[in-house]
Amino acid sequence: MTKQSRGAAFDPIFRYACVSAATLLLAALTGVVASLLIGGWPAFAKFGIGFFFDTTWNPVTEVYGAAGPIAGTLITSALALALALPIAAGVAIFLVEFCPGMLARPIAIAVELLAGIPSIVYGMWGLFVLAPWFAEHVQIPMLYVIPPGSIWETIFNGVPNGANIFTASLILAIMILPYMAAVFRELFLTVPPQVRESAYGIGCTPLEVVGSVTIPYVRSGAVGVIMLGLGRALGETMAVTFIIGNAHGLPTSLFDSGSTLASTIANEFTEATGEMHTAALTALGLVLFIITFTVLAIARLLLARARKY
Amino acid sequence: MGRRFRRTAANALFVGACFIATALALTALGLIMYSLLRQGLGGLDLNIFTKSTPAPGSEGGLSNAIMGSLMMCAAAMVIAVVVGLLAGTYLAEYGGDSAYGHLIRFLNDVLLAAPSILVGLFIYEIMVRPLHGFSGWAGAAALALLAAPVVTRTTEDILRLQPKELREAGMGLGSPRWITIRKIIWRGAGGGLLTGALLGFARISGETAPLLFTALNNQFFSLDMSQPIASLPAVIFQYALSAYDDWRRLAWAGALLIALAVLAANIIGRVIAARGSHRQ
Amino acid sequence: MTLPDIASPEALQAQADAFITEPPPETVKLRTRALSFFYGKNQTIFDLDVAIPRNSVTALIGPSGCGKSTLLRTFNRMYDLHPGQKATGEILLDGKNILAEKDIAGLRSKVGMVFQKPTPFPMSIYENVAFGVRLYHAKSRAEMDQVVETALRRAALWDEVKDKLQTSGLGLSGGQQQRLCVARGIAVEPEVLLLDEPASALDPISTAKLEETISELKRDFTIVIVTHNMGQAARISDNTGFMYLGRLIEFCPTSEMFLKPRAKRTQDYISGRFG
Repeated sequence: MTKQSRGAAFDPIFRYACVSAATLLLAALTGVVASLLIGGWPAFAKFGIGFFFDTTWNPVTEVYGAAGPIAGTLITSALALALALPIAAGVAIFLVEFCPGMLARPIAIAVELLAGIPSIVYGMWGLFVLAPWFAEHVQIPMLYVIPPGSIWETIFNGVPNGANIFTASLILAIMILPYMAAVFRELFLTVPPQVRESAYGIGCTPLEVVGSVTIPYVRSGAVGVIMLGLGRALGETMAVTFIIGNAHGLPTSLFDSGSTLASTIANEFTEATGEMHTAALTALGLVLFIITFTVLAIARLLLARARKY
Repeated sequence: MGRRFRRTAANALFVGACFIATALALTALGLIMYSLLRQGLGGLDLNIFTKSTPAPGSEGGLSNAIMGSLMMCAAAMVIAVVVGLLAGTYLAEYGGDSAYGHLIRFLNDVLLAAPSILVGLFIYEIMVRPLHGFSGWAGAAALALLAAPVVTRTTEDILRLQPKELREAGMGLGSPRWITIRKIIWRGAGGGLLTGALLGFARISGETAPLLFTALNNQFFSLDMSQPIASLPAVIFQYALSAYDDWRRLAWAGALLIALAVLAANIIGRVIAARGSHRQ
Repeated sequence: MTLPDIASPEALQAQADAFITEPPPETVKLRTRALSFFYGKNQTIFDLDVAIPRNSVTALIGPSGCGKSTLLRTFNRMYDLHPGQKATGEILLDGKNILAEKDIAGLRSKVGMVFQKPTPFPMSIYENVAFGVRLYHAKSRAEMDQVVETALRRAALWDEVKDKLQTSGLGLSGGQQQRLCVARGIAVEPEVLLLDEPASALDPISTAKLEETISELKRDFTIVIVTHNMGQAARISDNTGFMYLGRLIEFCPTSEMFLKPRAKRTQDYISGRFG
């Protein structure tokens, strides 16, 4: 051929650059895992399997167990999810099914914008507004109401300063709420309007349409969204660090202070007292990675299956 | 009759519950925004932009933190946009359907969802520890690693929306693939790509956790990225947990600044994306 | 009304060989020999032989899925873009097999293509036309202005856009966009121009303008057009090929095809019994 396009020689170079950039992402993730493994190794080597079950976390005697932060992470995330899920689903259903047209768009946009607000803002609100209010209007009155020695006392026992497992869960719930509502809404909108309209057409009430058409239609997708929300709650650092009370050890009641994997790392890493302390904190990081990775993998699987239908 | 009544009543309860859920959610979020505005606006004055963070009890501002945040975010975005644009292009135009492409897409999703504090730990291990010191560059690297997956994801999504005929028309003229991508596909997706970058910026501008042990903090104004450097989120973290009222006021003002920056990035991104979709 | 029977492949082939009028060999620009095409395991073109004469318009007609667009897309190896698609046999452009061609970009500069939907690039009208030219030649501003003007004139678009060359090509009407794509295609001076249902998204007036343009262009180019519109094939083409189930059933001068089709199936299709 006589006509040779100018610049064709650069084609493989450009392709190579694209592949390299993609590979860089692979290298980064591999690096994250490797650094957590290597950095946390001394802790695993010293404490063995007991690292996961020991509730002691003592930098002075250099004994570290992750049970407290693991429990704190799982409890706060589960509670946050339990609080946020019904409300987020309610918001999404409201926006898709009932909301008057004029309001639906502004509310939906507001919800999406709120999903992007940095978590430190939620954390500050928790620390300065929610915690004092909670202490004054919930914890202190309850001290007077609850009969000593009852089961309620065990559940709600705690220093009345508003910094505890429950308020941390509440903040987490408020934080993941807009995100989950926004994604739920998108998911509900994937139901073809004709399908919903046919259900209305045979005389279904909105409840019946949502219950028998919308939710079954998006079922695995919805579970995927829930897992993504859970993933956010598990890995959240700042919103929790402000308000959980930062006490090591297993929390004994709902209003007890505690810690999570992320909050422990954030609080102690720069002030770690020795090699083993740093190693133990890095090991917490690895545990956190494994938990969030598992949740994400399940979410992806479910969302992928949802897309197939 | 009874059945009909039951159905209507159940539906009324359901509608009511959804309504209450929305009201609850909007109230909670409204309360947060109210506190942020009230406390933040109170502390917002010119000093914020002109003075550095003060010692307790003396007057000061956040200029060093604002500058540090801007520099680290800018450096991070340069890296993230280059990596994300190319990686997203790889997924959309080259190897997206290969096994390697599927692996990269999955790993990118993992990075997207990974707790940001772990990225901080990673950068600490590979940059701070070997080089014996916290630095602005380390902070920027951590932020870049958080923004790059966002840019990659949006880039792939946007490029896949470009009609395949456009690619064929470019190839049909004998245009080499990289010129077709650069001059036609990227150009057609321009607004969407910018939106991806803005979303990436929104993601990192409020990130605190990864900066705590990469850039650390700095009491003074500094432009030296090879030294520890202040950032808005780190200062907010430190000041909010302090016992001094004027420090707490600065923390609120800083939080408001960040929230405004993130909102602005999100809104601009949305407007650009919406305009792009109207034109097509 | 009778539905077409699904004939056996052998019967189709035997039938096909009987109704093909080869153009004189010296006029042939593009020829396929035993061309087969596969989408993965799925074969969509079967041992097809066709000869396209130069400086004329050849129309390919046939029901949806008969392989006419696929055939067109083998002529400039557009299918290369899509993994899993492959062609076997030979396609000779001036006697040279393009299936064995290494320089695909060079090939595509000789064999241009216009698509069903208008595909203006996201840039100005001027840049749309200049884009392809820049790939091959470094031209001065004045030279490029000349090339752009000539291409737009030949595509019968110049008068409508000469005052707004710097505005976006996306702002034109559908018919103008399509003629812009023709201008873009001919600006690189190809030898063959492939048109894949170029008027199917256009209104009647734009279609008429485009057809006029095509008739003008055959003086300089060899044109192959795929169309669903029988009237269009009759109006603008010199030869017509009728395809069915991945085979060429009939090929002859257009006037013969539409006046007295030889194959029963062609007759049924042209008279609208199926398709």
